Amino acid sequence: MKLKKALCAALTAAMAVTAFAGCGSEPGPSSQEGAGDSAAGTEAGTEAAGDTAGGTIKIGGIGPLTGGAAVYGIAVKNGAELAVKEINEAGGINGAQVELNYQDDEHDAEKAVNAYNTLKDWGAQAVLGAVTSAPCVAVGGVAQEDNIFMLTPSGTAVDCVKYDNAFRVCFSDPMQGVESAKYIGEHGLAAKVAAIYDSSDVYSTGIYQAFAQEAENQNFEIVAAEAFTAESKSDFSVQLQKAKDAGAELVFLPFYYSEASLVLKQAAGMDYKPIFFGCDGMDGILAVQGFDAALADNLIFLSPFTPTSDDPAIQKFVTDYQEVYGETPNQFAADAYDGMYAIKAAMEDGSVTPDMSPSDICEAMKASMVNITMDGVTAKNLTWEASGEPSKEPMVVKIANGDYAVVDDDADTGSADTETGADEAAENVEGTETAAE
Amino acid sequence: MKKLNKTTRSNLITYGMVIAMFLIMQAMVSAGRISSLLQGLLVPLCAYIILAVSLNLTVGILGELSLGHAGFMCVGAFTSAFFSKCMAEALPVAGVRYLLALLIGAAAAGVCGILIGIPVLRLKGDYLAIVTLAFGEIIKNIVNILFIGKDENGFHFSTKDTFSLGMSIDGEVIVNGPQGITGTPKDSTFAIGMVLILITLFIVLNLIHSRSGRAIMAIRDNRIAAESIGINITKYKLMAFSVSAALAGVAGVIYAHNLATLTAQPKNFGYNMSIMILVFVVLGGIGNIRGSVIAAIVLTLLPELLRGLSDYRMLIYAVVLIAMMLFNWSPKAIAWREQYAAKFRRKKQKEV
Amino acid sequence: MSFISYLINGISLGSVYAIIALGYTMVYGIAKMLNFAHGDVIMIGAYVVMASVSGAGLPPFAALLVSIVFCTVLGIVIESVAYRPLLNAASSLAVLITAIGVSYLLQNVALLIFGANTISFASIVPVPALVLAGGALTVTGEAIVTIACCIVIMVALTLFIKKSKAGQAMLAVSEDKGAAQLMGINVNGTIALTFAIGSALAAVAGVLLCSAYPTLTPYTGAMPGIKAFVAAVFGGIGSIPGALIGGILLGVIEIFGKAYISSQMADAIVFGVLIVILLVKPAGILGKNIQEKV
Repeated sequence: MKLKKALCAALTAAMAVTAFAGCGSEPGPSSQEGAGDSAAGTEAGTEAAGDTAGGTIKIGGIGPLTGGAAVYGIAVKNGAELAVKEINEAGGINGAQVELNYQDDEHDAEKAVNAYNTLKDWGAQAVLGAVTSAPCVAVGGVAQEDNIFMLTPSGTAVDCVKYDNAFRVCFSDPMQGVESAKYIGEHGLAAKVAAIYDSSDVYSTGIYQAFAQEAENQNFEIVAAEAFTAESKSDFSVQLQKAKDAGAELVFLPFYYSEASLVLKQAAGMDYKPIFFGCDGMDGILAVQGFDAALADNLIFLSPFTPTSDDPAIQKFVTDYQEVYGETPNQFAADAYDGMYAIKAAMEDGSVTPDMSPSDICEAMKASMVNITMDGVTAKNLTWEASGEPSKEPMVVKIANGDYAVVDDDADTGSADTETGADEAAENVEGTETAAE
Repeated sequence: MKKLNKTTRSNLITYGMVIAMFLIMQAMVSAGRISSLLQGLLVPLCAYIILAVSLNLTVGILGELSLGHAGFMCVGAFTSAFFSKCMAEALPVAGVRYLLALLIGAAAAGVCGILIGIPVLRLKGDYLAIVTLAFGEIIKNIVNILFIGKDENGFHFSTKDTFSLGMSIDGEVIVNGPQGITGTPKDSTFAIGMVLILITLFIVLNLIHSRSGRAIMAIRDNRIAAESIGINITKYKLMAFSVSAALAGVAGVIYAHNLATLTAQPKNFGYNMSIMILVFVVLGGIGNIRGSVIAAIVLTLLPELLRGLSDYRMLIYAVVLIAMMLFNWSPKAIAWREQYAAKFRRKKQKEV
Repeated sequence: MSFISYLINGISLGSVYAIIALGYTMVYGIAKMLNFAHGDVIMIGAYVVMASVSGAGLPPFAALLVSIVFCTVLGIVIESVAYRPLLNAASSLAVLITAIGVSYLLQNVALLIFGANTISFASIVPVPALVLAGGALTVTGEAIVTIACCIVIMVALTLFIKKSKAGQAMLAVSEDKGAAQLMGINVNGTIALTFAIGSALAAVAGVLLCSAYPTLTPYTGAMPGIKAFVAAVFGGIGSIPGALIGGILLGVIEIFGKAYISSQMADAIVFGVLIVILLVKPAGILGKNIQEKV
């Protein structure tokens, strides 16, 4: 009984702390309500104005910092922090400094909403997140009610940008699936294609479905479609064996590099050497500590970002990132970096000031997002549509001699240069086939 | 005035505690003195409390270890979200739709409970635990490969992808494999959740103190003795198990109608979640319903309160969990607490 | 031909489950507790090997020894801090929950120390792959070593328990703690020894797991841990040969399920078979069916 009382007391104290902590750290308690209630919005704005002298724009970040998806969330956090540091050193946004508060969502929809609410209590005026798809959709639902601007660096599912306040930096799942199928078809990489995908993952099935659908219009055939799940993702021997038995010359791998590194190793172990074709999740495979880069030779993938590009902006980003975090940035970090600069551009275009309410900022930024054009590390002349989708072309990256190399800047037109590249790739396949026989 | 007996008083304290909590929170909400974080946590808290109480029925009262409770929650969540999404236009009144969704979710989970309970309850101890875990994982796996779409020709099912549903162009995909169900109407509210907690407590507490409840506890304490006095073991075991499953389904309904997206990930409907609910039950005290309520609240709030620790958050959470378990369960800690309590009581008596 | 190749793959996968299950079943048999943190000790063991090979530049075999010592100490510390106080708790579930707490703790410590990045674990198994039937079948070196290790460990454990004094003490403790104490057996010491052996086995399992499937993250141990638990139950939890049989069976079922039924349903098939087996043999394949007495 005593214990229960002690627990009760602890609980009451805990509740009081949460309830008041939110209020205490606030510029004014009404700003939280202001977000939900547009009438109170302006009032909250004026209260916030007196808070800091120079003014600080508060940007919240949401992503997994613990749990199985932590690697992506941490990369986004690092990329965003780097951008914020640079922005502040260059004088901030419209003269106001930027403050980033990054909250953990554990790759869970419910926790993501909690993280979002924490940020709302803190007074976030725009949100960069969430990193993964399902949490992003959940946050989208609540952010839309509050009318807070949301830009996801890497939420690829279609529903991530369902509402007009949500935008994204990365490609959508269907877009990647369709582009991959088109590229394979138009460049005649293979006639028989196998696909391996994670049937328990939103990103992976999203791409696979679009890929399978588009494949009907292309001159290749999907001879094997094999799945794996989050519970059994260490052994791929069966999936590879089936692809091999079906005579697939190309294996499509729409999932992340950590699983892909296993697939490549196991394929090498069974002496199966098709072309492997991946999506943006494949970026980062060469940065895996201890990974034998030779296994990834001839791996082709669609990516918005290559760390080895000689573009000066990318070079600067990569060296700065390496200096601070001691590793090569991947596509997630690059998306976050661009995302932060997109927020800056939109805020400058909409002349956002720190004393505006989140809802007013959202209205201004919604209008500005479609106006801005920016040169980022993931694309040049990046623009957005009102639907929330970015308009950028995927780059096709091929790994050769342990390094990334951009095959073609424009996958759609297919210049003469690409044709030869693709033919070479096709020849390579034939070469390996004869060797295998 | 008639003096209340001990169990009635204890039950009333439990109800009172929940009602008091509701009133305090409601007052804080209407006064605007509540942080968005806490406000956002209110509905999930209701779901977790119901889960903890319902699992306590299996673990504490029936005495069987279940590691698949999240599976029933998953069934309740998906069936009800499916219903609400289909009926969103046909039944615009949120209250009626939600009530039906609740009934459907609870019924589906309860039926699953019976179907699973019949074979499972023949096993004992850790073997039963692993089979419930297995069922939980099977349910999650099946939900993840389910594709259901609706167009003017009716429903289409597939276990492959949306493309093979063969729908007409204006058809709508409702259950989209691992992407689950998005856009479920957000019908769960704190008030409804609280009412459901009270109903859950009412069902569970009444069951415990009824004739059936005593039969269930007799089976827990000594199965052979219970059998020898003519208690129908299978019937009572199934009763407790399916009620527990149906209540978990109710929690699933609350969960599903609170978020814009419903996916069956290891985190929310896998064994991780089942184990988390078990942690609530054991920390709160096996068989102690009020303890489950308190533990569910404490452990749901704890990681959120620790957000200030940023990187060390989950680490400290784990340490606190271990410390709480040792404090609550270790015989030495219990002895120390009792000693301390006795001293305290003596002091009080002296003062009086 | 593909049937045989699936079978070989299944046995390779199963041997990894088996070696993890050995540690699980050993601790369960003696201490009667499900050590949910076992999978995470495996992960720590693999990280220690990785750190001592690439960080301290030790040769692989020395690194393995370092890892075994480290995990043994870790196992004893965990047992004495988190489990022993609950040894006589009112419910055996209490210690199960603490084990879950320890599991979270180890994962988060690893996350803070080593980061979340995937590390491709360089195999430290020196045995080359065995190529049969003119290249159509390959048995990886890791699989051969894992199976050999499984058998050696199984025999050694069985001999240790049957022949040595400490082993007999373990048996006595597992039968009846109170009576063992009356016979002058140091119960706490025996249980600590059990955890020490279990954790040392975890270190070996970690190295073999990560050599066979070379990705290492702080969460690497969680899922194989659960699978090994399933494998141990398959074989009859507490039975040492049962762990080997259960593990291999689990691996073969998983691969065959994927190959011949549906790769999407692999988990459901594995767990479905488990349920059927347990319904037919409620104490697992080699488990003893204890008759209840009134």
